[in-house]
Amino acid sequence: MPDTSFVRREMLAPQKPPAGQSGAVKWLRENLFSSPFNTILTIVGLWAVYSLVSGAAPWLLNGMWSPSSVDECREVLTNTLGEGATGACWGVVRTRWHQFMFGFYDQSAYWRPLLAFALLFVSLAPVLYFGLRSPSLMMVGGAGALLVLALWGVGTDSWHLALAFGVMVALAALAWVAPKRLLWVTLAFPATAYYLLWGGPVWGPIGVMVGFGVAYFVWHAAQVKIGVTPAAALGIALALVWWLMLQGKVTAVLAMAVPIELPAQSPDKFGGFLLSFIIGVSAISASLPLGILLALGRRSDMLLIKTLSVGFIEFVRGVPLITMLFTASLLLQYFLPPQTNFDLILRVIILVSLFASAYIAEVIRGGMASLPRGQQEAADALGLDYWQAQRLIIMPQALKVSIPGIVSSFISLFKDTTLVALVGLADPLVGITRIVRSDIYWKAAYWEPFVFVGAIFFIFCFSMSRYSMYLENKLKTDHR
Amino acid sequence: MAKTAQMHVTDEVAIQITAMNKWYGQFHVLRDINMTVNRGERIVVCGPSGSGKSTLIRCINRLEEHQSGQIIVDGTELTSDLKNIDKVRSEVGMVFQHFNLFPHLTILENLTLAPIWVRKVPKREAVDTAMYFLEKVKIPEQASKYPGQLSGGQQQRVAIARSLCMRPRIMLFDEPTSALDPEMIKEVLDTMIELAEDGMTMICVTHEMGFAQAVANRVVFMDQGQIVEQNEPKEFFANPKSDRTKLFLSQILGH
Repeated sequence: MPDTSFVRREMLAPQKPPAGQSGAVKWLRENLFSSPFNTILTIVGLWAVYSLVSGAAPWLLNGMWSPSSVDECREVLTNTLGEGATGACWGVVRTRWHQFMFGFYDQSAYWRPLLAFALLFVSLAPVLYFGLRSPSLMMVGGAGALLVLALWGVGTDSWHLALAFGVMVALAALAWVAPKRLLWVTLAFPATAYYLLWGGPVWGPIGVMVGFGVAYFVWHAAQVKIGVTPAAALGIALALVWWLMLQGKVTAVLAMAVPIELPAQSPDKFGGFLLSFIIGVSAISASLPLGILLALGRRSDMLLIKTLSVGFIEFVRGVPLITMLFTASLLLQYFLPPQTNFDLILRVIILVSLFASAYIAEVIRGGMASLPRGQQEAADALGLDYWQAQRLIIMPQALKVSIPGIVSSFISLFKDTTLVALVGLADPLVGITRIVRSDIYWKAAYWEPFVFVGAIFFIFCFSMSRYSMYLENKLKTDHR
Repeated sequence: MAKTAQMHVTDEVAIQITAMNKWYGQFHVLRDINMTVNRGERIVVCGPSGSGKSTLIRCINRLEEHQSGQIIVDGTELTSDLKNIDKVRSEVGMVFQHFNLFPHLTILENLTLAPIWVRKVPKREAVDTAMYFLEKVKIPEQASKYPGQLSGGQQQRVAIARSLCMRPRIMLFDEPTSALDPEMIKEVLDTMIELAEDGMTMICVTHEMGFAQAVANRVVFMDQGQIVEQNEPKEFFANPKSDRTKLFLSQILGH
């Protein structure tokens, strides 16, 4: 007969959990040698690691920077280490690093891409760190310090060195006083970077930005009267009128009256990581908003918008990126108005952005689908309109869920920029490496350029992935 | 108790539903609903699951669309006109079974969001209002936490406060206590009783018959998408007229 009656007289006080059982031997036994099969796997794994390391280590450890040709490098290796010794000839990176970085950009103008690169980090700071003071300041300060070092390293004249130094100090001060104001730098960055990189009269890029300004202010002023969507359409229409009909005349007059300009750089001089960054950064920043709009479009109740979005996404995802690149290089020019003279890089940026936006749209749609229906209902019940609900309730949550997917799309987009080699652009991996190896002295340098380029890609892709982890952690509000 | 039941009801019509029908595809979910709610009335809607009671109150702020008949809320007819829908929604507060708080915003932000964006209230004023209602639901100390850190009962009280911040003239409750542990039901019901005593017009879908007896001035019983019986609570519970009502009451009050 079980005793069914029980009464507790005293409540138990909470106690500490038992001390963790630790120790190297215990860890080894549990993780590496827990069964005969696992023991075999461990041994095979160790052997694989050993053979990889023993193959690569001498090559890396014997690496030499000073010899300025592969033959010289081999000779030194044989003399010092004996016949058959292997070693990396990093001399190829030392003598040709500027081509890996800048392609055939004018050496005297290296300060321009370097300043643009530093400004990129300045304009990323308020976006990546939401205007928090200390990380923003660290990012701006770090970019400034690196910029000055790099400018000094490439031998920039003192006037441009002082200019860059002054700009970065001013921006660091801004980051200290009002980190959120850095967003103005972000807004001005596309035009600034274009002006610095491509050169020419300053009025062209300013004119393009004025178009965006027109679109924004028309939208802002008209949305109260005619509603958000018609106002946006009106704004875009007026901006198009400006861009296609007025801008050219106005900027021509201004360029005559106030001739501020940098020496123009021909687009075929762009190459190396400069090119990868231009394409990667532009396509990343264009594809996210486009992807959001496409995801919203695909979930829209309006049949036309839904059909167009679905059609676009499915078409783009069904076509290889290389096809898009060939479209950019061969076909796109036919679809643009006759006078527009878009250089190949801009056309490639447009097509890569469209390509990436289709993938981003699907990732974000997945994030939106993961939200409970009640979120939309609660927003509706409170009287929020469609755009308010999307912006304040749905997107913040959907984007948060989609961060890992979005960042992997960005990473693969950034690496895919090397495919532009296929349309004749000098990307760092194939284009520049091929050019470098056509030099008789570096003909036999096979691994070194790839290892170098791979390492730089790794640094940036790994940073993106770490940032996404930081962001996920920061946005976590469930506290579980 | 009896006092609350008589209080506040006026002759002014708040909601007028006439010959309303709704279908989900082929399924006729609401059939010929006729109902008038006067300002200050506190109505409890009950009935077996699938009887259409949630659908009915979700039609009142157009979370669900009706296909025929007429719904007039505060003089505004609900049609596909978005302006009317937004107007009605900003006058009608709703509390959901699963709270539907916004998990990415703090409690205070949950409360101030709609007043700031929909009513265009200045931020400081919105915060003051939010704190006033958080005091009222007795959790002002949770203002800076996130919904995920609160208990179910607290979350539901926040949800009620969030609706009240829009200063609605009508409140809809869609099974507000069904997802709560028994210990937390009381704190939510207390908040709702207080609200009733302040004269709020309320329609409440619930199985809490004690609440119905305490504050409702009318109980509506629905089955198979139609209103089967309605009466004042005393009469409804003591003398149900239809067999369907008797069966339902015997099932929920049986033990």
